[in-house]
Amino acid sequence: MADVALRKVVKRYDDVEAVRGIDLDIADHEFIVLVGPSGCGKSTTLRMIAGLEDISDGDIMIGGDVVNDVPPKDRDIAMVFQNYALYPHMTVAENMSFGLRLKHYPKAEIKARVTEAARLLDITDLIDRKPKQLSGGQRQRVAMGRAIVRNPKVFLFDEPLSNLDAKLRVQMRIEIKKVHQKVRTTTVYVTHDQVEAMTLADRVVVMNKGRIEQIGTPNELYHKPATRFVAGFIGSPAMNFIPCRLEDVGGALQIRLTDRIAFALPPARAARYNALPRTDKLLLGIRPEHLTESHAHLAPGVETFDTVLDVTEPMGMETLVYFGLDGTPVCGRVDPNAGAKDGAPMRLAMDLNNMHLLNEETGVVL
Amino acid sequence: MADVVVDRTRVTRATGARKGTSLRNALGRKSTVAFFLTLPLILLIAMLVLYPAFYSLYLATLNKAMTKFVGLSNFTFLFKRETFWMVVQQSCIFAITAVIFKALIGFIVAHFVHNIPGKKQRKWRGMLLVPWVIPPAMSTLAWLWLFDPSYSAFNYTLSFFGVGPIPWLGDTFWARFSVILVNVWYGAPFFLIMYLAALKSVPDQLYEAAAIDGANWWQRIWYVTLPMMRNIIAITTLFSLIVTFANFDIVRILTSGGPLDTTHLFATWAFQVGIQSSDIPLGACVSLFMVPILAVAAIFILRDVSKRGNEA
Repeated sequence: MADVALRKVVKRYDDVEAVRGIDLDIADHEFIVLVGPSGCGKSTTLRMIAGLEDISDGDIMIGGDVVNDVPPKDRDIAMVFQNYALYPHMTVAENMSFGLRLKHYPKAEIKARVTEAARLLDITDLIDRKPKQLSGGQRQRVAMGRAIVRNPKVFLFDEPLSNLDAKLRVQMRIEIKKVHQKVRTTTVYVTHDQVEAMTLADRVVVMNKGRIEQIGTPNELYHKPATRFVAGFIGSPAMNFIPCRLEDVGGALQIRLTDRIAFALPPARAARYNALPRTDKLLLGIRPEHLTESHAHLAPGVETFDTVLDVTEPMGMETLVYFGLDGTPVCGRVDPNAGAKDGAPMRLAMDLNNMHLLNEETGVVL
Repeated sequence: MADVVVDRTRVTRATGARKGTSLRNALGRKSTVAFFLTLPLILLIAMLVLYPAFYSLYLATLNKAMTKFVGLSNFTFLFKRETFWMVVQQSCIFAITAVIFKALIGFIVAHFVHNIPGKKQRKWRGMLLVPWVIPPAMSTLAWLWLFDPSYSAFNYTLSFFGVGPIPWLGDTFWARFSVILVNVWYGAPFFLIMYLAALKSVPDQLYEAAAIDGANWWQRIWYVTLPMMRNIIAITTLFSLIVTFANFDIVRILTSGGPLDTTHLFATWAFQVGIQSSDIPLGACVSLFMVPILAVAAIFILRDVSKRGNEA
């Protein structure tokens, strides 16, 4: 097991820069998830760590050693692929032991390691089958088993769950987490699914257009996003962004959303935003769960406004409500018993204690 | 799917029986329609394959003048002739050596072509297919000139190195070498194209997984490429073995079986015995010997293919 470090790593394909100078430190035993939309460079980054792609610039270190020119087989890593990449002509046991056999491990040790990994992944009964005779979830386990038996310094996962159906994906997600808790190998996991990222990671790396947008624990990313991209990418339904401006009214700072709607900012927020220029180019970022039905007794910093709902989506434990503020679509989450109806007026409450203010041009959270 | 068809046939049969219109009933059956649709092909095969096959069986049992039934005496006569056993041996050497080299060259070149990127690959693929596309009778004529002992490009070039002149088609060893060389030149592109298709169907991630597992390039070929291509290799080899074994044109044009019958194959010898020496029953008899040899090869290879067919 080892730590992994990326220093100003760049990947160029002809004229296109797929990865644009990434710095990342992954601690020993850590579970890091790279997440981002397709084409953001996350898979390329993982493949560079694996040695399957050359790096155009920068350094990659595993366990303190620069591995830029070390071939994959000598990096002591194991990788789980999206389509499992099991050898179809080998049995489960042969698939799992292939790497060990190539390295001429003693037969007894190979057997012991395969048996142990099979037990850990609950595939002992499948050991003599060929991949074709396995279900998707079982193949995924075998692919993980192949990684585990090698006892490598680093595990690399390249979207391992995207070929599974939704139910199995949740199940395997938990399985992967359990395995990591047991073996504690440093893990780099790539996914485009933010739920997977949030649930699995010690730290999440959000990537966009070949750059790292933000690195943080799942909670940090959710509650303190650094940029509009992170704020919009993490969380479902996504954060609302409403054009707004700051106004000084009688010595207090207020935020104006529309001609009709303006709220006084809570003191803590007012102090934070007071120094900002009073431009129009601001966005209010507010998550749907901070836009709820109004109550008789409102906490300080929670302001109400009236609106007409366009569409409601009853989800069971909550109802999503959609409405417009000067043409900007906004989503809120209300109690299923709050009486939200399509096309009906409703009084909603906005929790400004959890608001974010963004610069519309730069996308930076202020 | 099959169940549905069977059920529908039964239903049609039942209702048809009630109405008593047996012709409409018969035409209504899917199997009847299918039979009529395949009838032209069946007739074609019967005319061009079955009839000649049985006719040659019949011919093989006649005497030279084709007037008398002689049973198996043509066959027993062949067994006693030294030339026959020479032809058996030569056909085997020719087919096996040529197929091995065709497969080997096809495999190696397919790897090179597979690694050429994009548009260039198409050009190379097209160029490398040329030998297979030219009618062999024509290209073999060109080879015949190249092999000419006095004025050919080969011997002229070799003369600069102080080698030769080599009697390409006049000496047993070189004549055999030459017919095999031309056959390999003609047939290797077929292997190339089959192997290239097979190579393309191996997912890249298997190679990546193998690279991470610690396999070097040779181990990747041995443990990933070859097992993944096993079926294609088997089928291509079988197909080529049959075609090569039954080769006629290359030997006929280059050596006509000479020198002293040492390059004769079944087909060319059958032609010489049957057509040129006017002993059609004996010629038919020679050509019939190809059947059991090829049948055994086909059974072995195809049994292996169906055994592995379910893996991938």
